[in-house]
Amino acid sequence: MSTPAPATARPLAVGRVARTGRLRAYAPWLAAAVVLVALPHVIRTPVAVPIMNQMGIAIVFALSYNMLLGQGGMLSFGHAVYFGLGGFIAAHALNLAGRDGLYLPVPLVPLVGGLGGLLCAVVFGSFSTMRAGTVFAMISLGVGELMAASSLIFDRFFGGEEGITTNRAKAPLLFGLSFTRDGEVYYLIAFWVLVAAAAMHAFSRTPIGRMANAVRDNPERAEFIGYSQRSVRYVSFCAAGLFAGVGGGLFAVNYEILTAENMGLTASGAVLLMAYIGGVGTFMGPVIGAVVFTFLQSMLSDYTGIWLLYLGVLFLATVLFVPTGLAGFLLLHAPAWRTRRLAGLIGPYLAAAAVALVAAAGVVGLLEMVHFVASAETTRVTKRLFWVSVAPRTLTPWLGFAALAVAGGLGLRWAAPRAAAAFAEANRPEPGR
Amino acid sequence: MLQIAFFSVLNGLVYGMLLFMLSSGLTLIFGMMGVLNFAHAGFYMLGAYFAYSLGLYLGFWPALVLAPLLAGVAGAAVERFGLRRVHRFGHVAELIFTFGVALLIEEAVALLWGRPAKTYEVPAVLDFTLFRAFGSSFPAYKAFMLLVAVAIFLFIVAILTRTRAGLIIQASLTHPGMVAMLGHNVPRVFMIVFGIGSALAGLAGVIAGPVLGTFPGMAQVLGSIVFVVVVIGGLGSLTGAFAASLLIGIVQTFAVALDVSVGDVLMALGTPASASAALHDVWKVTVAQVAPIMPFLLLIVVLMVRPTGLFGTRET
Repeated sequence: MSTPAPATARPLAVGRVARTGRLRAYAPWLAAAVVLVALPHVIRTPVAVPIMNQMGIAIVFALSYNMLLGQGGMLSFGHAVYFGLGGFIAAHALNLAGRDGLYLPVPLVPLVGGLGGLLCAVVFGSFSTMRAGTVFAMISLGVGELMAASSLIFDRFFGGEEGITTNRAKAPLLFGLSFTRDGEVYYLIAFWVLVAAAAMHAFSRTPIGRMANAVRDNPERAEFIGYSQRSVRYVSFCAAGLFAGVGGGLFAVNYEILTAENMGLTASGAVLLMAYIGGVGTFMGPVIGAVVFTFLQSMLSDYTGIWLLYLGVLFLATVLFVPTGLAGFLLLHAPAWRTRRLAGLIGPYLAAAAVALVAAAGVVGLLEMVHFVASAETTRVTKRLFWVSVAPRTLTPWLGFAALAVAGGLGLRWAAPRAAAAFAEANRPEPGR
Repeated sequence: MLQIAFFSVLNGLVYGMLLFMLSSGLTLIFGMMGVLNFAHAGFYMLGAYFAYSLGLYLGFWPALVLAPLLAGVAGAAVERFGLRRVHRFGHVAELIFTFGVALLIEEAVALLWGRPAKTYEVPAVLDFTLFRAFGSSFPAYKAFMLLVAVAIFLFIVAILTRTRAGLIIQASLTHPGMVAMLGHNVPRVFMIVFGIGSALAGLAGVIAGPVLGTFPGMAQVLGSIVFVVVVIGGLGSLTGAFAASLLIGIVQTFAVALDVSVGDVLMALGTPASASAALHDVWKVTVAQVAPIMPFLLLIVVLMVRPTGLFGTRET
């Protein structure tokens, strides 16, 4: 600490800079709050609210997952355990509140879920965070499978095959809020999404959050500074469990049912997909991933029976070609944005996107026709694909879609290097600097 | 009791040897490339489905040979065009990649063959009772499974210890850098081992499909167990994989056969537990119910106490 300079010597602008700096830090959160409040008024279709509720829950869950994978370098295949257990505990608490056994208004249920998730993370984390890397991944898989198998045994708590149902209308009221409609639950979820996201962001800025990054990147050096890598991982793990539990609590409030599926390997895999497709390197990545994943899940599943296949392809393409995820890909363009050279990228990018769309249309068409023929629907001969009617049992559409796929693929081989070259050109240091 | 013990040991041996066909490939791949292949059980599933489809046209025996070859080619392709790309992003990225491949294989199988289970049946030649003992029968097909598994085991041991290729593979397990220095094409060795491992998994699928069922979820059912086997045995150790396969196989078959609950045990000890209703769920748990949990409990305990596994020498 140096001695403070005399008041007269301090430049006047400092106060203003500090104030605008604080404003800049809060601005994204204020903007997010405004967007969350305004969304149901802007998107007015009745299907939108349930999907947005689902997105909110997914955002909390994916952000909590990224505390492990992105910030702590821990690849977990069992994160849904904490989401699910938090949800089950929240559902039981809500049921208890409905029987007047406990004063628990609905808005506080996610908190109970969070405490439940934290409790489970404290227990399971005590041994699973001993090591990082593959051993951690394996233990998380073991814990996940263990809980999934246990859920079929302990049917008092997990409700067996049917799961645990609850009823948010029976809980005591807080400020007269009853949460009987989806629209009201939306604001509850939006509130908790904002609180949880802000808390998780704040956690990443605390010394322990920073140490989590250090342990991720170089555990040995972190130990030399004097931190135990194990306890740093343990703290991150518990925090991740807490917020996963908040997500589970929101799930309990929104759907009023929890089943063993919510804790299974599929649910754990889904959150990995969300976080990775969005990008684990940035705070916003999992948010983007959760929104995209939920959107695809709810939209695609209406149109096609093989949406999981498309999701798998999207996931593999991300791992192979854009390992930084969607958010990381966008961030790559920040330097070009700052030097105002983004305009040169538009043409090549549009060309690449156009041929990629053609290729995708061809592949999707082929896959959909395979699906049609393989699922052996004998009554129908035609199928609507991209607003046209095709007959998958004749040769013509196969040739057509194959031609699209091949043409798109060849076009991509032509356009992709040009897009890459344009990107390199936009990031070339300016002469003279 | 003797009947339970006799058949549990026999069935455990069959199941354990089946696990070994999967875990041997998985542990070899891990030992050489340091990547735990999540998609390994996917190739087991592909083997079963290829054999089912080929069997419709060619019969069981040609399919027994062709299906594993196809699975092996698919595996080699995944290594050559996928894993090799991701390799430079590190082990976590590789693990995530194979997770994606596993997902994709499951969805592709569901797309091509549909969600319902296929009626992939035991070939008629082997569909008879081999012998009867203690009032129960033992099907010939299980003996055939055991025979194939033992033959494969001997084949692997012979290749690894008696041939030059096996020598290179063994050297690549521990000293990949040195092997490359000596002029061997290590990436190609990786691809071949990945292909052979996938082919072995495919063969396991061909012979297990009729018994354990041929459906899109079959990879997930066995996949986690095979992981457990490899980790318990010690990553990269073939001996460990062999021992752990038999251990898990026999433990699980014994547990399924024993229909004794925790409450029964307490009752036998003279302290009936029915008084506390809160723990009701715990008392009525039977050993058979715990069977699916046991491998994972074992996995967690082994990883905590001895992260190198029973026979392993290194952690990751």
